[in-house]
Amino acid sequence: MSETVTKKLMLFFPRCECEKPIIYHLVKDYNLVVNVYRAKVTPEEEGYLVLDVTGVEEDIEQALAFVKTFNVSINYSGKGVTRDENSCTHCGHCVTHCPTGALRIDDKMTREVIYSEADCIECMACIGVCPFDALASAF
Amino acid sequence: MKTYEQINDRIESGKAVVLTADEIIDYVDKKGLAAAAKEVDVVTTATFGPMCSSGCFLNFGHSKPKIRMSEAWIEDVLVYTGIAAVDVYLGATQLRHGDPANMYHPGEFRYGGGHVIEDLVAGRKLQLFALSYGTDCYPLREIRTYFTINDLNQAIMVNPRNCYQNYNVGINFSDRPIYTYMGTLEPERKNANYCSAGQLSPLLNDPYYDVIGVGTKVWMAGAQGHVYAEGTQHAGACERTPGGIPKGGAGTLALTCDMKKMRPEFVRGVTFRGYGVSLALGIGVPIPILNEDVLKRTCVRDRDILAPVVDYSHDYPQNNGKVICCVSYEQLRSGRIDVEGKEVAVGSLSSYYKALQIANLLADEIRRGDFRLAEPIAPLPKDKKMKPLVTRKKPS
Ligand code: SF4
Ligand code: SF4
Repeated sequence: MSETVTKKLMLFFPRCECEKPIIYHLVKDYNLVVNVYRAKVTPEEEGYLVLDVTGVEEDIEQALAFVKTFNVSINYSGKGVTRDENSCTHCGHCVTHCPTGALRIDDKMTREVIYSEADCIECMACIGVCPFDALASAF
Repeated sequence: MKTYEQINDRIESGKAVVLTADEIIDYVDKKGLAAAAKEVDVVTTATFGPMCSSGCFLNFGHSKPKIRMSEAWIEDVLVYTGIAAVDVYLGATQLRHGDPANMYHPGEFRYGGGHVIEDLVAGRKLQLFALSYGTDCYPLREIRTYFTINDLNQAIMVNPRNCYQNYNVGINFSDRPIYTYMGTLEPERKNANYCSAGQLSPLLNDPYYDVIGVGTKVWMAGAQGHVYAEGTQHAGACERTPGGIPKGGAGTLALTCDMKKMRPEFVRGVTFRGYGVSLALGIGVPIPILNEDVLKRTCVRDRDILAPVVDYSHDYPQNNGKVICCVSYEQLRSGRIDVEGKEVAVGSLSSYYKALQIANLLADEIRRGDFRLAEPIAPLPKDKKMKPLVTRKKPS
């Protein structure tokens, strides 16, 4: 059996696709383990979803091909929470507010604050605390 | 012993030996104080952080016909017009007109004076709206126009208080989150914030103001400015460590420079949720190594600098002067401090990353011969204390 991999994705569902049980099929038909971080349906009935999918590479590929048959756009970087690198001053205020250490200081000499998206669980705790408005949510 | 003249000659000839306040520590350890004092000409210090007492004078030139602005706004941010006709002063903490402030607590404070200053320095186009009562010599009563910093005759940063020598560590002992100029502080001592570049910070490398004085040339976001006075609330007479380092705010600097020469990456508008707006500035101060004493003071280390931990939910607002405990910058930088038996996560508002960049940029400028030092024309007072505001019921 081939190895399983995990991919972080952000999906955007336009109004017409919001009511379809697409995620259900990812689990049932493609054997994927799904871990949803954050989901939102806007008043315009559009939907956003940030999730991890875990499974064998082929299954993931086929599953994504299936998702694409709908009018759903896939953002492979899975960034629901982004940091504007030009705006960040590396002040370090966000660090204590981030529960997972996605925002952290690795290099004690330069004290650069890094943002590792892979560790972000989209809790949104950091969004309002950045004094330089560098952190933002895609939805 | 060296003089300013000798140091400037070495700078001019491109031979000056310049190190940052970070590098000098190991250097002196290795070479010894006496040898290093002979060799090193300048140590560069720096800081980058919110500095609320900042602002600028702008001169717009005259419109046709002329106006004597009696009220004016830039991007809807009120500026002070109680000076000559088309001069204004724009302050960093001024809110935008119509900002709901803390009406819905905690307010967002997305834009204000500090952001206008950032936009100006970044060369963005801004809106000026001004009103007047009209006079015989200045008949125009209203003007709305768009401008960039290049359209102005002068844009001069004049900051009454920058570069606090040392600063509080903010913490919250209450059971609800609080929103302060020390950032968002979670309840029950969940986090603490400090705001200083520690061993890299200008006045911590010259604790008794032996070399930094009125007239000292400084690097302000890339522009060459200078110290024009002691900063407001400058209070050098304070509790100090045996090594002479103040255990609280203490000294401050009043700084000025030509804003047209500033670099946008070091001039940034600041938003504090639930508190307001401000301006973060990057400042570098060169320390001339005149003798061994001056050099010795620049070797100060994070572990020797203590900051007072203050409860911003009660003691700070009530102005009762209570300090919970003192912690060193070494402890703060480790990311965890102990406050009365509880381990507390530490964040910061001052960017050491940028401060280090600035110390290196300034060192490079001096090495290249592009930044000469200036000898102070007057010292900063050492014996001043900070006075409180007395609330009197009657004038007498
Ligand atoms: S609070 Fe904002 S500016 Fe400061 S380190 Fe975090 S992302 Fe960067
Ligand atoms: S959203 Fe949460 S987990 Fe992600 S970076 Fe911000 S604080 Fe950290």
